[in-house]
Amino acid sequence: MKMTRIAAALTLSSSMLFAGLAGAETLRWSSAGDSLTLDPHSQNEGPTHVMSHQIYDSLVFRDQSMKLQPRLATAWRVTDDPAVWEFKLRQGVSFHNGNPFNADDVVFSILRAKHENADMKGLLTTVVDVVKVDDYTVHMRTNGPNPLLPNNLTNLFMMDKEWSEANKVTVPQNFKAGEETFAVRNANGTGPFKLVSREPDVRTELVRNDSYWGKGSYPMEVSRIVFTPIKSAATRVAALLSGELDFLLDPPVQDLERLSSAKGLVVREGPENRTIFLGMQQALPELRTSDIKGKNPFADKRVRQALNIAINRDAIKRVVMRGQAVPAGIILPPFVDGYTKALDQVTPPDLARAKALLAEAGYPNGFSVTLSCPNDRYVNDEAICQAVTGMFGQIGVKVRLDARSKSIHFAELPKGELDFYMLGWGVPTMDSHYVFHYLVETKSDKGGAWNATGYSNADIDALIAAMTQETDAAKRAAMVAKVWNTVQDEVLYLPLHHQMLNWAMKDNIDFPVQSENYPYFKLLKYKK
Amino acid sequence: MIAFILRRLLQSTLVMLAVALVSFGLFRYIGDPIHNMVGQEATLAEREALRERLGLNDAVPVQFARFVGNALRGEFGISYRMQRPVADVIAERLPATLELALISGTAALVLGIALGVYTALRREGWLSHLIMSASLIGVSLPTFLIGILLIYVFAVELKMLPAFGRGEVVQLGGWSTGLLTASGVKSLILPSITLGLYQLTLIMRLVRAEMLEVLRTDYIKFARARGLSDRAVHFRHALKNTLLPVITIAGLQIGSIIAFAIITETVFQWPGVGLLFITAIQFVDIPVMAAYLVLIALIFVVINLIVDLLYFAVDPRLRAQRPGRGH
Repeated sequence: MKMTRIAAALTLSSSMLFAGLAGAETLRWSSAGDSLTLDPHSQNEGPTHVMSHQIYDSLVFRDQSMKLQPRLATAWRVTDDPAVWEFKLRQGVSFHNGNPFNADDVVFSILRAKHENADMKGLLTTVVDVVKVDDYTVHMRTNGPNPLLPNNLTNLFMMDKEWSEANKVTVPQNFKAGEETFAVRNANGTGPFKLVSREPDVRTELVRNDSYWGKGSYPMEVSRIVFTPIKSAATRVAALLSGELDFLLDPPVQDLERLSSAKGLVVREGPENRTIFLGMQQALPELRTSDIKGKNPFADKRVRQALNIAINRDAIKRVVMRGQAVPAGIILPPFVDGYTKALDQVTPPDLARAKALLAEAGYPNGFSVTLSCPNDRYVNDEAICQAVTGMFGQIGVKVRLDARSKSIHFAELPKGELDFYMLGWGVPTMDSHYVFHYLVETKSDKGGAWNATGYSNADIDALIAAMTQETDAAKRAAMVAKVWNTVQDEVLYLPLHHQMLNWAMKDNIDFPVQSENYPYFKLLKYKK
Repeated sequence: MIAFILRRLLQSTLVMLAVALVSFGLFRYIGDPIHNMVGQEATLAEREALRERLGLNDAVPVQFARFVGNALRGEFGISYRMQRPVADVIAERLPATLELALISGTAALVLGIALGVYTALRREGWLSHLIMSASLIGVSLPTFLIGILLIYVFAVELKMLPAFGRGEVVQLGGWSTGLLTASGVKSLILPSITLGLYQLTLIMRLVRAEMLEVLRTDYIKFARARGLSDRAVHFRHALKNTLLPVITIAGLQIGSIIAFAIITETVFQWPGVGLLFITAIQFVDIPVMAAYLVLIALIFVVINLIVDLLYFAVDPRLRAQRPGRGH
């Protein structure tokens, strides 16, 4: 009896301790765009994932140092069959409606995300089967060994099977059906915050999930989140300056100085998982937008080398990006597997040599070409293109700049309709293979979806295919390095820079930048 | 009279069809909605499949006919971006825009007439000169700049008024209103000024010019000769006759206030149909864009129809005019 009372007193005091740690703090934050839908499998898009990460949990996630961490899965390993991954699930977890979380929900969620209507299916193409072994163990079978499967699961959220069945949302939204499904504006996750109200594009309110499984292991200091997207950059900055917001995910580059010098505000920065570069059509017999007829200047490696050393990346960083960029020598963000400092070595500009290379290639007077750029996708994208246009002009390459909206640019780019284009690439799987598969592999139904250079190398394709099934880490690293060396040697792309991320916030908030641009508000701390 | 209305209605229908056709033609140059709807991992085949599912591969006349057919039944399809029926989304957003338009329109009308009369009567006063010079700002500065200046002064520096949003709203049936809460009313002030400033200066200058004109006419001189007080002359005789053109202009401006709200709504993140439209353009959300343009065209057509009918009722000369008689 006495023992019970002591135990009860201990539980009480420890719960009071946590209550004391986790005060009542409301976080009001904003960014330009709202989540497209609360249905976590419907869209594969940044702002949508940011919201889902607060309400739902994935099996694994990347923390602020980009390390893979357990979430709803506590352990994962390849079984004796190299094509089968085993995930051990966290026990005692419940959804916001009280339903317990178990292996049935994982099987259901993975299959739901593989449905034709789900945009997340792209990350699960190698998964052929998901099997429940027991209530807290799941096996995923892939089409051949896939050593990187957990990397693809960081944005794959677990939904409640019973809730989805009761609300008829066992498959994601079908646009053709012409009606809204329940999951678009309602949510039932296991995540650190529960949905209170949602008006798309206007306001979304969440409260802390006080029975969250991670209550003891994460700060969980924010008790209420109010998200109000603000489209106009000037208004967004004004709202932070006037104290109506506590946190801004996307402060505009031109206002960073103003914000960091403002009293009570601080701007934190970190590298972003995205590299900006230029691509050249190298396979066509003749460029569509050039004055050179009968041959394609980009097909000559010396021309690509000349363009590469005509770019003054430091000037772009200094003048266009106001210091918020890291000049790049490779189209791979740092901290991704396969990245080395040596590969990222930036070639200094050398106009004399660039001109000599052009003359050697048979273009002493240069040539003309159209450079296509988006003007609303990357940080200062159009201004970067204007800068390189001038730099190429210095070696006699007359570039006509065509800057347009992303919805036009990214419709034409994968169809191979552009001669010379800007593209930015992030690597959600944190592995070089993702870059090879989309940007280096020969364009076909199976891969090379964003390889608009026309580059096709059977040996490289074979290496890219082989590395997906190579379970020996050292052998695999050698394969990755070999592909990178070829890409660098061929000057397949012209890397410009790695983007930087900036988060602006009240100075009493301690919240380092996460390189995927996912603010996990459960990790946010207040300075005492 | 009936024939007149029928003729007007027929013309209005043609105008609506023309607007629908023009906007439909424009959408083809805005870009491809598919890019925004799928992630970068989607293969070309998946993109093509979605395109087919959405009916974007059909011939343009087929798409147009389908659109008009659905629109007649009040169906505008499902928004590509928000994954919700367009009619619902617009019905949700319309109260915000109409409330803003109503408040700024009323303020512009009342203040515009008052200031117009004042500046006409005290033509040489220093205050009149000040008002007239200040009104140049309203006419010449672009709306977004006025909005940002107001935000800077009243939100960032003085911290008196909110920089964005609608504040707290109260739901009255299907209508959300910000007029019943303190934060809602405070949030209305800056956007209303931004939206109404141009109309205000326009009405003020119109009233002033008309008033000066009327004050020179013979019947005013007669009124004075009859020994009427200044007040009776100015307000009962002069102002009444000034208001006819003002009412016509103000009626037509209601349409443009709703349409021009796009810029004000973007600057203040005002959750109305204008902001919805701007976001839809960036996302190439064709169903929302089409529905918005049709709605705005409908508002203009209806207002014009009412104004025409009002002319008919107000101006006896129109009624007396019979075909074949002439003047």
